[in-house]
Amino acid sequence: MVATFEPKTDYKVVGTRPIRHDGYDKVTGRAVYGADMKLPGLIWGVCVRSPHAHARIKSIDTSAAEAMDGVFAVITGADMPEAPSKLVDLGEGSVNFKWASNKLMADKKVIYKGQPVAAIAAVDRYTAEEAARKVVVKYEKLKSVTNVVDALAADAPIILEDLVGDDLGEDVTNTNMAEHIRHEFGDVEGAMAAAAHTIEREYNMEMVHQGYIEPHNATAVWDEEDRIKIWTSTQGAFPARTQIAGILQVDVSRVKVTPLEIGGGFGGKIPVYFEPIAALLSKKSHRPVKMVMERTAVFETTGPTPGGRMVIKLGADANGKLTAATADIWFEAGANPGALIGPAAMCVYAPYEIPNTRIDGWDVVVNKPKTAPYRAPGSPQVAFAMESAIDELCKEVGWDSMKFRSDNASREGTRRGDGVLFGKIGMEEVLEAAQASAHWKAPLGQPPAGKKRGRGIASGYWFNIGLKSSANLAVVSDGTVSLVEGSTDIGGSRAAMAMHVAEVLGIGAHDVRPTVGDTESVGYTDVTGGSRTTYATGYACWIAANNLVDELKKRVAILWDISLEDVGFNDGVFSSKAEAEKTISFKELAGKLGDLGGPATSTGSVDLESAGDGFGMHIVDVDIDPETGKTDIVRYTAVQDVGTAIHPSYVEGQLQGGAAQGIGWALNEEYFMTDDGAMANSSFLDYRMPTSLDLPSIDTVLVEVPNPLHPYGVRGVGETPICPPIPAIANAIANAVGVRLYKTPMNAGSILEALK
Amino acid sequence: MATVFLPFALRKYADGAERVVVPASTLGELIENLEAAYPGTKRHLIQDDALKPGLAAIVGLVATRRGLLQKLDDDVEVHFITAISGGASLTDRSRH
Repeated sequence: MVATFEPKTDYKVVGTRPIRHDGYDKVTGRAVYGADMKLPGLIWGVCVRSPHAHARIKSIDTSAAEAMDGVFAVITGADMPEAPSKLVDLGEGSVNFKWASNKLMADKKVIYKGQPVAAIAAVDRYTAEEAARKVVVKYEKLKSVTNVVDALAADAPIILEDLVGDDLGEDVTNTNMAEHIRHEFGDVEGAMAAAAHTIEREYNMEMVHQGYIEPHNATAVWDEEDRIKIWTSTQGAFPARTQIAGILQVDVSRVKVTPLEIGGGFGGKIPVYFEPIAALLSKKSHRPVKMVMERTAVFETTGPTPGGRMVIKLGADANGKLTAATADIWFEAGANPGALIGPAAMCVYAPYEIPNTRIDGWDVVVNKPKTAPYRAPGSPQVAFAMESAIDELCKEVGWDSMKFRSDNASREGTRRGDGVLFGKIGMEEVLEAAQASAHWKAPLGQPPAGKKRGRGIASGYWFNIGLKSSANLAVVSDGTVSLVEGSTDIGGSRAAMAMHVAEVLGIGAHDVRPTVGDTESVGYTDVTGGSRTTYATGYACWIAANNLVDELKKRVAILWDISLEDVGFNDGVFSSKAEAEKTISFKELAGKLGDLGGPATSTGSVDLESAGDGFGMHIVDVDIDPETGKTDIVRYTAVQDVGTAIHPSYVEGQLQGGAAQGIGWALNEEYFMTDDGAMANSSFLDYRMPTSLDLPSIDTVLVEVPNPLHPYGVRGVGETPICPPIPAIANAIANAVGVRLYKTPMNAGSILEALK
Repeated sequence: MATVFLPFALRKYADGAERVVVPASTLGELIENLEAAYPGTKRHLIQDDALKPGLAAIVGLVATRRGLLQKLDDDVEVHFITAISGGASLTDRSRH
């Protein structure tokens, strides 16, 4: 039975905005990131990478590199342990150890440009890079494919010769199609045939990268007892440990992962890249080895989110009610299977109630880096298709698109496209809040001379996950509490965790000192991802804090020589139920523990089902220069059901960050591939992400519908806000200039082409 | 009795049925009874005496974290869907 909670409003700490506990270290540069790592005897590791996207390795000659002064170790694919073909869940994303190993270091064949074929450890980075240039690799270049259409063509080169694809439950060989799934409910064909209005459109998207500022890194020590210590930038120390142990084929207890500060991840730092390589170099060199990735390699070899092709067909009755929908979704997995088509299928129709639906999804292997989760993986892509189609259907028929969305909104009892029922959700409340917002009520206004202005709206959905989290508490004698929790802090979660504890204990948020633990100092905790962290790790903190109160009640019973049942606790003060005048505050008690049984500690652990479904709507006004095609975002509002906002500033930041990334995805970002499978724009100069100069202040409207599955009503927040921006901007462009774009990025060139 | 929403790939074992009713008090018992009624289904759902990696079981409104031990209320809905992890398959094939 899943525990449920009644909503509360009388919080003392929850809902306030304390300065984040790691703030001073971050802004003064004292925070320790992976590139800052220093250890006695530390040496550098670098990779030798393939210049080809698809090629057989004929030979590798490392002799010249090994002969260089200052070189301590050279490894190739032959040094990688043979990992089994075993699929393991990572919380958000999964890993097949054999493919993960091959992705990190090619053996007989390279399947994406930049794939490592050897690695060097040397006294310093320059020596290692010089040695890398002396490694001679002979390749037989093969034809490459970098999009789903080419990869599924009859004459396509087969990227993974031993791949067994799954076509609706039937095995398929000699294919680049890893998986074909389907969800089908109701009488889709009948309902579509009976629909008064239908629309069918195709949408295409290019692969994009999360674009986190901090590159991947790892420092490894493989010691004399065959214990492996890793310091790294990761979204989850425990899932990283699972991957490292699986790839290196060692017992998981032999690997200790210490997560350092992280400069962004957005899903891309769930997979490991350098960690196993640095460990093997350390084993061979008998020294600590540090590796820091170049930006080009981050783009070319880590996990972006899939591009692909989508075809959406919608049917509606004469009264504007959706009656049927079909979606065909082809996603690029990259060079190994796993394009997260499952989540895309879950999300495509989620904001709307549609009685007859079919969804087909194809996971397609291409000669690009293996994709990874990126903030609501799969959902922004299908939102682009679905929300664009809705807008165009409404325009064709003459319906108000906001009213259409309200009339068809999902509510408690609606079935998602994969058949699952919604419980209490906030989609209708979000639409009401959007229509009540200052932005929606404001007139569009006039654009500057020569420009055209348009407004667009779109909805978005992410289902949010729960999973495992752990936290430890210890009372300090000065009345503060130390908190060790297992979640990497990417967006201010340490503050939110401390606030969970402080609320229970009746102390201030800064009376709790939060630390992110390593894999040997706290219980198993899943990734910071899936919009689960504040929900699940916060829940674990809440349990730990309540357990601490129970422990402290025992000490009060000793202090006053009364029974445990006679000890009360409220708002930071312990009291005697029998003698009302007997009270002692948490802080006073902390200083007396030495005579009351010694240190007081507690733990909390959870394994939770769901963080509550997240719905949002974004409103955007754009100005477009028809002469240049340039789009300016002139006003932007993000509305979202966030459950209870523990720290509203960080919730607002999540909405603003998701919108900013979505704006970049919509207007500029793409993997621009050459004919031979190389990414032509693998730098931040050419891969154009929005800066503060490109964006207006993004307004937020927090709709707080408490999640009954969390003691404070927390709902997952971080991923939903990247879903609406792309279709909202597509709809705004169509509104501004009267032409609709069906492909991202919707950059100046695309707009000019459409205006011809 | 639980109502099982069959994944599309498993409907062929139940004459194309979208959903079937199965008596069971736990998820493990449900899968056993499903196999008894519709042979061939179990191997798509179970691996090493647990739910297959990459597969989520939705019991009622939420994804269970109790695996095959999950208790089932009367008249509950059960769905087997791709977990958020993705990249897995309902089919019982080995990937090399």
